[in-house]
Amino acid sequence: MGYVAIADRDHEQEHHDPQTFITKYVWSQDHKVIAIQYGCTAIFVGVIALILSAMMRLQLGFPDSFSFINPENYYQFITMHGMIMVIYLLTALFLGGFGNYLIPLMIGSRDMVFPYLNMLSFWVYLLSVLILLASFFVPGGSTGAGWTLYPPQAISQGTPGVDWGILLMLASLGVFIVAFTMGGLNYVTTVLQARCRGMTLMRMPLSVWGIFIATILGLLAFPALLVSAIMMLLDKTVATSFFMPAISTMGVDSGHTGGSPILFQHLFWFFGHPEVYIVALPAFGIVSDLLSTHARKNIFGYRMMVWAIIAIGGLSFIVWAHHMYVSGMNPYFGFFFATTTLIIAVPTAIKVYNWVLTLWEGNIHLRVPMLFAIGFIFTFIHGGLTGLFLGNVTIDLPLSDTYFVVAHFHMVMGVSPILVVFGAIYHWWPKITGKMYNETLGKWHFWMTFLGTYSIYLPMHYLGFAGVPRRYFAMGNTDFLPESAQDLNAFITMAALFVAVSQLLFFANVIWSLTKGPKADGNPWDATSLEWQTPDNPPKHGNWGHDLPECHRWAYDYSVPGYKDDFIPQNVPADIAPAGREHGGEH
Amino acid sequence: MEIGLIALAIILASLLGWLLKQSFNTTPWIADVAPEADHQAPFNARPKLVALTTFLAVATSFFALILSAYSLRMDFGDWIPLTEPTLLWFNTAVLVLASVAFQWTRNVALNDRVSQMKLGLMASGVLTAAFLIGQMTAWQQLNASGQFLTSNPSNSFFFLLTGTHAIHILGGMYVWGRATLKAYSGGAASAVKHSVELCTIYWHFLLLVWLIFFGLMLST
Repeated sequence: MGYVAIADRDHEQEHHDPQTFITKYVWSQDHKVIAIQYGCTAIFVGVIALILSAMMRLQLGFPDSFSFINPENYYQFITMHGMIMVIYLLTALFLGGFGNYLIPLMIGSRDMVFPYLNMLSFWVYLLSVLILLASFFVPGGSTGAGWTLYPPQAISQGTPGVDWGILLMLASLGVFIVAFTMGGLNYVTTVLQARCRGMTLMRMPLSVWGIFIATILGLLAFPALLVSAIMMLLDKTVATSFFMPAISTMGVDSGHTGGSPILFQHLFWFFGHPEVYIVALPAFGIVSDLLSTHARKNIFGYRMMVWAIIAIGGLSFIVWAHHMYVSGMNPYFGFFFATTTLIIAVPTAIKVYNWVLTLWEGNIHLRVPMLFAIGFIFTFIHGGLTGLFLGNVTIDLPLSDTYFVVAHFHMVMGVSPILVVFGAIYHWWPKITGKMYNETLGKWHFWMTFLGTYSIYLPMHYLGFAGVPRRYFAMGNTDFLPESAQDLNAFITMAALFVAVSQLLFFANVIWSLTKGPKADGNPWDATSLEWQTPDNPPKHGNWGHDLPECHRWAYDYSVPGYKDDFIPQNVPADIAPAGREHGGEH
Repeated sequence: MEIGLIALAIILASLLGWLLKQSFNTTPWIADVAPEADHQAPFNARPKLVALTTFLAVATSFFALILSAYSLRMDFGDWIPLTEPTLLWFNTAVLVLASVAFQWTRNVALNDRVSQMKLGLMASGVLTAAFLIGQMTAWQQLNASGQFLTSNPSNSFFFLLTGTHAIHILGGMYVWGRATLKAYSGGAASAVKHSVELCTIYWHFLLLVWLIFFGLMLST
């Protein structure tokens, strides 16, 4: 019974009970407040990255029409856009934001196991964001090395931000990794140690599974980025030669001797590929819960879904070199990495089939979170299928440096997770704030975002096939490109600006809800998982009032035959409501 | 990258085995009336131990990746093997002693022999500090003989390996410092005992890392 004592350790909770405004909202140790702090910071930097992408699109759609965009800052925009979106927005929002909010509530705990460390994690994350943003203002500006920061150009003269920008970028990444590790240790330990009575691992909602496995991936993969950042910092500051080859510029020797840029690529992508799944797995988990709840049907093949998450997580560590086909490698390696890459499609496809089968004959409610969840299935299938093209060495080589790749990865790890982020925010908004949002505004937000992003990225595939190179500031005299390519580029820019402006609807909805929104019921979606069963809405500090919940069933008892309601919450025992189905709930 | 992959495979395999045990033969869709006893948490409620174990996995990944980089970089033509200072043998012996001291401290702490535990804590700390001073002296010896950080990639790796290892030890020293202060100011014996247990595991881990590093550097 020792573990109940941990989850219920009231005596320990007391000393971080918030007393003042400062301890309640600023130096807070409550996981819900920390989640909101993480979320707001991540969305704030995300908006900056969105504006940067609009600037890039302006140049690409209407070349040389804007005096404030030159080749140098174009590359700075690319770099900062990519890095912010992948790390400081998506990773932080899914794990720091949703991880913090959902884990304790969904597993029936009062808080994270180490609340102080949790608080520290947010403030260190904020520090990393500030260091990153500071690089906009240092002499030479932020780094323009591209988000992959490949040496030698990342730290060679001629690349924007080579003096200060790159240093701040590397420092910021290091600080971020420290913050993430503090948070990650907390999430893993909390899932393993603070589950309420009856909450077995195989009863956890898939959101928790996704976040849990993604956290483990992050904990094992981020060290690769840390190692490469440390080594590149040394190459840059004291002229070691880990990555830097001997280079002579204008007759001046750089002082480096035969380092290996490919070594950096290995380390970077050893982190970089799992990073895709650090972002994708929480999205997979959350989308499963949204679909099940709003289709009033149990998730199809729960155990298969859990094992697919685990399999994808494991496989994600042995595919990294598919990002390096164009760097050149032994053909047998290429064959190996192509094979492992394509194998990932198997568990991923299982998940997609199961989502669709969950919708099959469900009682689908097309509320805003559900729209976003279904939208995700579309964009993810598209992005996933183009991934099968690029996973093959022979197809990747001609396409790798074109807009086809840009279209692919934005579809699969840009648009798809962002749709889930919005779906999740709308879904849990009544729990987080205690207010309802405006359904009409939300639906407009969805359709404008969904159709808008399709208008951006579907044509981009054609640009890629036509051979339009990515990373270029301007196309110049490229005779092989038809003039219509530029027309398409102008259209894409218009669509991108449209999508960017559409996001104002989201913020309008936030303001509307907080000021005029009607009070939300504690369980507006008639959902089963524990976070909807809290005694207060929004949950107070400690989440559960006097007694911790007891878990008696999985989170997917929707429309169980023979029961008056179409949902049975996880804390309802089998002698009050039916004990479930006979055949794995897959009927 | 083989070293990184092997370390990772071991970590993932143990995780996988444990998950299999948790999920094999379960029927999640069947509800119960009262949770069964075997639904209890797996680690008997020791969150700090779980967090430490998880952190050791992170650190293993970190060090294994540095070693991967080491072995990849070594194959390039400009690599000149470094002659390690003899002092490192002495430092290694001191770190072994520190680890032994921690193990002894843990044993007496578990038997509630408080005064011996205080003594053990002090001895472990002093030995560890001696190791760190020894490492710094080795750095100075190398510098004095003209072997600088940038002289050769093997030098750079030597400083990187010893430096990151030392930083991890310093992190451990922070926990050791808090536990020692608590022990000497008469703090709760159970808390000190738990810290000593965790420190002991951490020190053994860092000793193992050091032995692997040292062995690799000697053999290349």
